[in-house]
Amino acid sequence: MELVAAAALGKFIGAGLAAIGSGAAAIGVGHVAGNFLAGALRNPSAAAAQTATLFIGIAFAEALGIFSFLVALLLMFAV
Amino acid sequence: MADQSAKQGGGPIIKIAFFVVLALVLLSGAIFAPEHPGLAIHPMDQFEIKPLFGGDHLGTFTPTNQTLWMVLAIVGIVLLLVVGSRGRAIVPTRGQSIAELAYGFVYKMVEDVAGKDAVKYFPGIMTLFMFIVFANFLGLIPTSFTATSHIAVTAVLALIVFVFVTVLGFVKNGVGFLGLFWVSAAPLPLRPVLAIIEIISYFVRPVSHSIRLAGNMMAGHAVIKVFAGFAAALGLFGFLPILAIAAFYALEVLVAFIQAYVFSILTCVYLKDALHPSH
Amino acid sequence: MASNTQQTTDAAHGADAAHGGAEAAGMPQLDFSTFGNQIFWLVVTLVVIYLVLTKVALPRIEAVLAERRGTITSDLAAAEELKQKAVEAEEAYNKALADARAEANKIVADARAEIQGEVDAAAAKADAEIAAKAAESEAAIAEIRAGAVDSVKAVAKDTAKEILASLGYKADAKSITAAVTSRMKG
Repeated sequence: MELVAAAALGKFIGAGLAAIGSGAAAIGVGHVAGNFLAGALRNPSAAAAQTATLFIGIAFAEALGIFSFLVALLLMFAV
Repeated sequence: MADQSAKQGGGPIIKIAFFVVLALVLLSGAIFAPEHPGLAIHPMDQFEIKPLFGGDHLGTFTPTNQTLWMVLAIVGIVLLLVVGSRGRAIVPTRGQSIAELAYGFVYKMVEDVAGKDAVKYFPGIMTLFMFIVFANFLGLIPTSFTATSHIAVTAVLALIVFVFVTVLGFVKNGVGFLGLFWVSAAPLPLRPVLAIIEIISYFVRPVSHSIRLAGNMMAGHAVIKVFAGFAAALGLFGFLPILAIAAFYALEVLVAFIQAYVFSILTCVYLKDALHPSH
Repeated sequence: MASNTQQTTDAAHGADAAHGGAEAAGMPQLDFSTFGNQIFWLVVTLVVIYLVLTKVALPRIEAVLAERRGTITSDLAAAEELKQKAVEAEEAYNKALADARAEANKIVADARAEIQGEVDAAAAKADAEIAAKAAESEAAIAEIRAGAVDSVKAVAKDTAKEILASLGYKADAKSITAAVTSRMKG
């Protein structure tokens, strides 16, 4: 019984730790968007052509955060 | 006189209405508060797949709630692109201009990102984009079902893209397609290492491609559900999570579109790699 | 409140247990028994959407867009053509105006020349008539004068002869004529 309780405790602690990854991904997405904005303000005429690249970059950064979210979900509901 | 007073009272009426609504929300929180307040949150219940016409048996061909919302997505696409454009007018109606806008948006994306010779694969990318957009937006309707929140659905979408792009790359370029993994710009000793990394990243593509979409959809809906659980638990102060839900919903509307856009634009990027595997 | 806590945990636990019983996997996304069903209906959906798009929607929208491009292009061409025509019409109008003006000037000049000619002719005729009349009158005057001189000469001769005769001189006709003529000249 204590083993089960320890496992439940570990699940929740692990899920909480995995959720940190979402915050890290948020930093990454902010970094991408902020750098894009900095570049876009220096050369606004070239900005419109690079919005697709911006979204691709944001998507890659965000995907890794989603992975950690997925780990949290797996710990909470599947393990 | 009455007109004038109504005009003058315009500001106060809005204020009074706001406070009335706020009072109703607080009151409803007190009235409908659960008998035993507690955090009984089941954020994943909304993703359950149930047979549409009752019964417990779930065969391969049983219509489910997911089937219903995918069919509704088809209906939405037909309404927008077929019924909307039936006038064939030179000066478009409102519906027709939305259909033309969607067409032009995806067409320009394929042309810009994947190149002019990828335009013949435009119908396929349009299919993916329209399906994901409609599934995402229909999923935002309260009590509906989000087909794209299921990893099985997005994995099939991503695998279709992955297999198609890989086969196309080998058909178009033959063995030259392997040049995608051989980074000729790097120093020679580094190239085998980079090739291994490139191959791994190539095979991770469908994984991230599918999990990104499903994860985003799942995360947004689960967060809204969690806040709904808070609203039920907080009773009198239930309006605070409800305001947070409104903010999250606005974010989810944005995410629903951006994820469809990202899914199709990554498809275009992969398509470009298959057509021009120069590295 | 404190008495509620026990009930709450019980209720939550009960709900969890019931939930767990209904859905063993916990995460519906990972319930592999539904995957076949999902994939089947997804493929059906995608095929239907693809067929609707390729057979009906996309060709129609493409045709409408192409038609609009064509209409705009041809409208622009038509506008250009009309503009060209307007320019040509203006040129023709200006040319006609200039022609008419030149014609009018020519007519005026012709009329003026004709009138001048007529006037000149009439003046010349009148001059000629006047000259003829003047010459005629001159001749008549000269004749009259000659006649008068002759008469004066004859009278002077007769008078001179008579005067000489009355003075007692006898003079021949020849010397008297010479004297009279020389006197009349001087």
